[in-house]
Amino acid sequence: MYDGGKIIVGLAVFVVLFTFPFWFNIGSAAYEEPELQEAKEGKECVLPTQEMRAEHMQLLDDWRDDVVREEDHYYHSSDGKVYWKSLTMTCMKCHTDKEKFCDKCHNSVDVSPYCWDCHVIPEGGE
Amino acid sequence: MSATRRKFLKLAGLAALGWSICPSALRAATESAFGNEDAGEALHAKRWAMAIDTKALSKKIMKKCTEVCHSIHNVPEFESDEEIKWIWSESFEHLFPEQMHSRLMEIPEKKTLSLCNHCDNPPCVRVCPTKATYQREDGIVMMDFHRCIGCRYCMAACPYGSRSFNFSDPRKHLEDPTPDFPTRTKGVVEKCEFCAERLAEGKEPACVEVSEGAILFGDLEDPHSDVSKALEDRYSIRRKPELGTEPCVYYLI
Repeated sequence: MYDGGKIIVGLAVFVVLFTFPFWFNIGSAAYEEPELQEAKEGKECVLPTQEMRAEHMQLLDDWRDDVVREEDHYYHSSDGKVYWKSLTMTCMKCHTDKEKFCDKCHNSVDVSPYCWDCHVIPEGGE
Repeated sequence: MSATRRKFLKLAGLAALGWSICPSALRAATESAFGNEDAGEALHAKRWAMAIDTKALSKKIMKKCTEVCHSIHNVPEFESDEEIKWIWSESFEHLFPEQMHSRLMEIPEKKTLSLCNHCDNPPCVRVCPTKATYQREDGIVMMDFHRCIGCRYCMAACPYGSRSFNFSDPRKHLEDPTPDFPTRTKGVVEKCEFCAERLAEGKEPACVEVSEGAILFGDLEDPHSDVSKALEDRYSIRRKPELGTEPCVYYLI
């Protein structure tokens, strides 16, 4: 093997760098799901909790297009309830406090949605 | 045999009746939606239009219209030339420059209301590269603030100056924004939307509501609507009709 030493050193450096995220985080605490504020008014959400957790962004995006572009304001949930498609009016009626609900997960997974650049946080959070 | 045929026809008739009533009955049953229980049945039209009674409008009413519109839509107030406006009072001379002549005496200085004309042939819609501004089937020229990239082509295209641009963060110029309507961000164009969000809740536009009857609103295709009747009874003009934009805001003279 020509230049065997160099190749092996190179490979070793590559492996160390490639696995950096793994060994860098050894010993640090595992990801913990943040504790969220309990819903205030309604008992059930527009979708089951697990689905909301995974897909609320898609749902809100669909609601936005429905309301702004299709003039469709009513959401019919699978249990037959009717909801007004609105983040500030409907979602925030139960999840009243942005800091204790939205921000908790968004901060811990380090995403910053720009909803609130325009939409006004309703009063009701303490 | 004939009895069963009669029975069959009766049942078929009832079923047909049921089918025709069912959708509206369902809709009536689902009127109250969680989140916005006050919303009534949405107002629909083939072609929304407005008629402004220039004789009935007073300074006070105009001020009220502007104030209520700007407060419910979170329109910021600027002292500088960054001014943002959805509905405002403007002199006849500025609104109808082509109609002015030296013998008109007081009319040129007289003021009336100006807002987006919700044209049938809106140049702003044609030039928008992102389809952030678009026309609904009922004629309302809408803004999807989410999509606006702030290129301001629409402002260049609009011959009526109905559009305003947010040169700086509007939040800093709003004392107490209402959560019922979004604010805008820096770099977004905005204008009157004929209160599309209120029509969806079954309410008339806010300026119409506070105008004490000086602003009429309704379906241009419906001969019995307030607007159609007023246009039939009174002489009316539109702004810059020679441009072919077909404005749907009429001024009753």
